[in-house]
Amino acid sequence: MNDVFPLGKEDLLKAYRTMKTIREFEERLHVDFGRGEIPGFVHLYAGEEAAATGIMMHLNDQDRIASTHRGHGHCIAKGVDINEMMAEIYGKSTGACRGKGGSMHIADLSKGMMGANGILGAGSPLACGAALAAKKLGHNGIGMSFTGDGASNQGTFLESLNLAAIWDLPMIFVVENNGYAESTSVDYATAVDSYVDRAAGFGLPGVTVDGTDFFAVYEAAGEVIRRAREGGGPSLLECKMIRFFGHFEGDAQTYRAEGENESNRANRDCLKMFRARVTEAGVIDDQDLDAIDTEVLKAIDNAVEQAVAAPLPEASDLTTDVYVNY
Amino acid sequence: MARKISFKEAINEALDQEMTRDPTVILMGEDIVGGSGSPGEDDAWGGVLGVTKGLYAKHGDRLMDTPLSESAYIGSAVGAATCGLRPVAELMFLDFLGVCFDQIFNQAAKFRYMFGGKAETPVTIRAMVGAGFRAAAQHSQMLTPIVTHIPGLKVVCPSNAYDAKGLLIQSIRDNDPVIFCEHKSLYAHEVDVPEESYAIPFGEANVVREGGDVTIVAYGLMVHRASEAAAVLAKDGIECEIIDLRTLSPIDTETIIESVENTGRLVCVDEANPRCSIASDVSAMVSQEAFSSLKAAPRIVAAPHTPVPFSPALEDLYIPSAERVVDAVRKTMEP
Repeated sequence: MNDVFPLGKEDLLKAYRTMKTIREFEERLHVDFGRGEIPGFVHLYAGEEAAATGIMMHLNDQDRIASTHRGHGHCIAKGVDINEMMAEIYGKSTGACRGKGGSMHIADLSKGMMGANGILGAGSPLACGAALAAKKLGHNGIGMSFTGDGASNQGTFLESLNLAAIWDLPMIFVVENNGYAESTSVDYATAVDSYVDRAAGFGLPGVTVDGTDFFAVYEAAGEVIRRAREGGGPSLLECKMIRFFGHFEGDAQTYRAEGENESNRANRDCLKMFRARVTEAGVIDDQDLDAIDTEVLKAIDNAVEQAVAAPLPEASDLTTDVYVNY
Repeated sequence: MARKISFKEAINEALDQEMTRDPTVILMGEDIVGGSGSPGEDDAWGGVLGVTKGLYAKHGDRLMDTPLSESAYIGSAVGAATCGLRPVAELMFLDFLGVCFDQIFNQAAKFRYMFGGKAETPVTIRAMVGAGFRAAAQHSQMLTPIVTHIPGLKVVCPSNAYDAKGLLIQSIRDNDPVIFCEHKSLYAHEVDVPEESYAIPFGEANVVREGGDVTIVAYGLMVHRASEAAAVLAKDGIECEIIDLRTLSPIDTETIIESVENTGRLVCVDEANPRCSIASDVSAMVSQEAFSSLKAAPRIVAAPHTPVPFSPALEDLYIPSAERVVDAVRKTMEP
């Protein structure tokens, strides 16, 4: 621990490594998808790394998260193996889901990752179930759902706020507000100015943080998660963040203002902000972070190489794993 | 020891015995306690038709009344099932599937496949099905074909109290998501049911009547209509073999094919609407797998392609009758 930050050097380096891994994972997918090497759709988390990382630093494998279609960052921050993730995205049999789920359905229940989800808002009831299980089974795990600003208008999300409140569940609703529901602005699609107001309408405490500021997220998440663990009930955490890429890869992003992406990259890059904060405070050297950059790039290269070389699923895999037994 | 109890009592007993046996079994649903937070009795209702009455007194807060939020609580049951609980969620009427279907068919049903075989979702969703209660279009439909269509779901629809108890116990112990359909017109129907706990395996149809002339395939209330029809036909020397499917997914194709290979004739009776129904499914399967055994075209007796009407005069026409089954059987016997 040091005087400037609530985390010691090792944890700060760990946080940076996680954020950098998410960033390079997504930057690499952006390139490889553009080359036509990846089937289907990918929704990239680049720009939003501080939120997943700042929150997940407080969680362990017993805590369950339900993710979104934009789930790679949540997976990495929750500890899912990047080699298995990359292989999954390439549709290979060595993937986290043996090639049957793809980018939108990566899960690893052993890590408490209940799945990315192609249905917007569907994760909130599922995570409430995880929170209910934690409460009934008497362990101090929590449930957590991630929901975009768009999906926070789904009935499933709103119903879940009420359910978590009346059952007093150890549950955190994270609203990742990146300003766009696909292409539609949050200002158009959501009537309240703050999701904290929406939480209040359901009897939940809520807090809004700058989701590009790792330290703000870490602190706010720590408080709501601690409260949930200690039996203080559910909360909502709104992270205001920046999506560097489009809704999906291939999105021309003509709905954005001119220069918006360039300005975001220059001025609101959570990784640059983190680096500036820790180096200016003299807690970590640039060389330490540069070394992590090099290691991460190598790890991503390795993940892609392994994924490309991995075998495709067998034809016989088509009909397996529908049921435990049938 | 067996004694006569009703279908409704058999379900209550199965829930009670499984809750006693396995502490991870929890129940949730609208009004299943029935009175939570109210000034009167906590367990005033015990379910809208009293099926869960008395369980709260024995098992306490392992029964949870829910708000009227089917998506949220069905989804919570599904999520909890992946986290070490074995929830039994009551969706009062299967017609309410419309408000929470995503959590069932996109989530519960697909987890195991999407996650490469690494998830188990042992959730049971109980729901009332079927017409005859004058409950009109939105509380009466036989939606079994819709759930049977979905890979990853198991679908159960018992015809009597004995099967209801054994199949519900199997549903709760099963490690896949199960849709357990309870015909509300059968709730008061009584048969001999053992007091002790027992499980009936899925995918094993029950031959409730043996006969060599015509095979009748039915499930739920329609098993009784088929039995009435068979009794009438027996007086004319026509012997029907009645197969009660018991589970629609998995389905016992072997028993059906074996029977048709013997009789050469098939009538499928289904309270569902006729298009893409259990009856049309069985009929197609038999036509493909046992065509050379067939002496006549398979016939289907189903509800019409309409919503369930309210007026008793119309609802009684909607539900397939024993007379229609008799007519269909006779048609398969025409030269």
